[in-house]
Amino acid sequence: MDHNTIIVLLQSTIRVSVPLILTALAGLYAERSGVVDIGLEGKMLAAAFAGAATAAVTGSALTGIGAAMLVSVALSLVHGYASISQRGDQIVSGTAINFIAAGATVILGQAWFAQGGRTPALSADARLATYKLPGADAVRDVPVLGPIYSDLLSGHYLLTYFAFAMVPITWWVLYRTRFGLRLRAVGENPGAVDTAGISVVRMRYLAVICGGMLCGLAGAYLSMALANGFVKNMSAGRGFIALAALVFANWKPKNILLTCLLFGFLDALSIYSQNVELPIMSSIPDQAIQALPYILTVVLLAGFIGKASPPKASGVPYVKER
Amino acid sequence: MSTPFAKLPVWVEYALIPLVNLAVAFLVAGIVVVFVGENPLEAARIMITGAFGSGEGIGFTLYYATYFIFTGLAVAVAFHAGLFNIGAEGQAYVGGIGVAAACLTFDHTMPWYLVFVLASLGAMAFGALWALIPAWLQAYRGSHIVITTIMFNYIASNLMLYMLLNVFKPLGQMAAQSRTFEPGGQLPKLDWLLSIFGLDIGGAPFNFSFLVALVAAFVVWVLIWRTRLGYEMRTMGFQPHAARFAGMKSKRIVVIAMLISGALAGLMALNPIMGDQYRIQQDFVTGAGFVGIAVALMGRSHPVGIVLAAILFGMLYQGGAELSFDMPEITRDMIVVIQGLVILFAGALEHMFRPAITAFFARASKSRSEAAAGA
Repeated sequence: MDHNTIIVLLQSTIRVSVPLILTALAGLYAERSGVVDIGLEGKMLAAAFAGAATAAVTGSALTGIGAAMLVSVALSLVHGYASISQRGDQIVSGTAINFIAAGATVILGQAWFAQGGRTPALSADARLATYKLPGADAVRDVPVLGPIYSDLLSGHYLLTYFAFAMVPITWWVLYRTRFGLRLRAVGENPGAVDTAGISVVRMRYLAVICGGMLCGLAGAYLSMALANGFVKNMSAGRGFIALAALVFANWKPKNILLTCLLFGFLDALSIYSQNVELPIMSSIPDQAIQALPYILTVVLLAGFIGKASPPKASGVPYVKER
Repeated sequence: MSTPFAKLPVWVEYALIPLVNLAVAFLVAGIVVVFVGENPLEAARIMITGAFGSGEGIGFTLYYATYFIFTGLAVAVAFHAGLFNIGAEGQAYVGGIGVAAACLTFDHTMPWYLVFVLASLGAMAFGALWALIPAWLQAYRGSHIVITTIMFNYIASNLMLYMLLNVFKPLGQMAAQSRTFEPGGQLPKLDWLLSIFGLDIGGAPFNFSFLVALVAAFVVWVLIWRTRLGYEMRTMGFQPHAARFAGMKSKRIVVIAMLISGALAGLMALNPIMGDQYRIQQDFVTGAGFVGIAVALMGRSHPVGIVLAAILFGMLYQGGAELSFDMPEITRDMIVVIQGLVILFAGALEHMFRPAITAFFARASKSRSEAAAGA
């Protein structure tokens, strides 16, 4: 593997890990507040459709992003209503959202655009914008560091930089603000938070809305940056990989970044090896690499590498004492 | 809310509330149809005639229902033990190895009923095996079964693709599927069953595994309500602490319940592989494992309810296929939406209408007793 291969691989790692990071962070907000969110996949898919459809019709990327976030937040509120207000089963509610999104995106897409469930290809203005870091062209010829700066770090979508920035921001919000302390507290011991006079229901709704916004961005990235429009079932299990990453990362922001990059790297490796012969890769079946993130997560869950410790009250509806 | 769940008449609990939930789900689905620009009543008419209007329609409806009885039972058995088995999809997929291995090995030499016995045993063994690891991890390592079974669905789909390409696929063929089985690997059609009612099965793949599904439903009923193991499972699901306190071996029960659940899911593979296509091919489960969740929720985890709910979903699948011919705007993805809505309203929001219904019946019984007192 020469220098160039590594840069190409890492570049594609960054590209595919962006939706994973955003979605895993979305799950982090919800689950840290005690709401298990298995509907990440569905929300991302619905947002991808809403974003691409709106951007195609209006020709504006910003409106597309807005629509993507709106739809994702709306689905989050359905999940919130079922699991917070109605105290229904959170897993069942998330499963329902995944199905509704998978079916409705195709039906509405077919009815509105009549292209077999696709949305029309987006014009340049309707796609997300990329950003060149300052001085990227000037330093390209500097050996080693030049290509790293101008090819690997520069020229990504603005949303990519935002996704990576969201990791420390989320850490700061969760561990350094009053909101974050309360958020973590409702996920660990809602009774105590209630006793302190803070509304558990309000905190959980806020957390679910934060998750909805991030999930919406992930969806917009899929259909407006990675691809040029919506395609049926384009989230392709990324929501579940993100969920796996969240568990693998033990519900911690910094670990989420590393895990998503690892899972993204595996994905990039398997895409790359389909086109180019890599020395070790040809002897490993492609399916094994595809399955690796899931296998790793199960091994971690089994407690053989470290111990997974989810928020204590996650999945448990809160019933106020009467 | 001091008495949140006042005792309701049995028919309200087991018929009215599920029907109200179902009706709301279909109402919302109807709104989606309006959004698409079609008439929902006309759509419903096409679906019902497509599913029940002809012998062939009924044959297809029951063929699809066979899938969902198996997966519905699988999910329900786990539900009774307080476990959410979201992995029936993967367990059914891996169960296909057992069916295909039996058929490919013995279809030349044995009659179908012997191959069928081996195929069933194989399907149950492989399905149960795929449930074993998540079950063991849940019981002994405390890993959450929902997450592990989701992971196992994805691992299964990669494993099966590998198996199809490298083990089952004959040399020199492109598609990821096995060779076609000889008659020894083919289950008989149930045309005689429909002809009793004067119906012609036509080209519908309605086959012997439907009867197997009904037997499985009966066995599950006996298991859950008539055996000691079933009692222990229900206790576990209802009050895990009480079960442990009563000396029940809760870890063992988790593993056994999941093995049974996986075996039932595995049996589903009989229907498409040995009953219809006579070969194993990629993605033969086609989401039936997930439909099982909706079916189990709607059928209230009772075998009778599950069979009825499975027939309803069979009707949606068959009727949905007809609908997509007559109203091309409404593709078969409509079924996925309806499935999601049923899971939402019959599952996550199952108590939404309960307060109103309870209040209604409380008022009705109060006014009745007042009337009695006045007279």
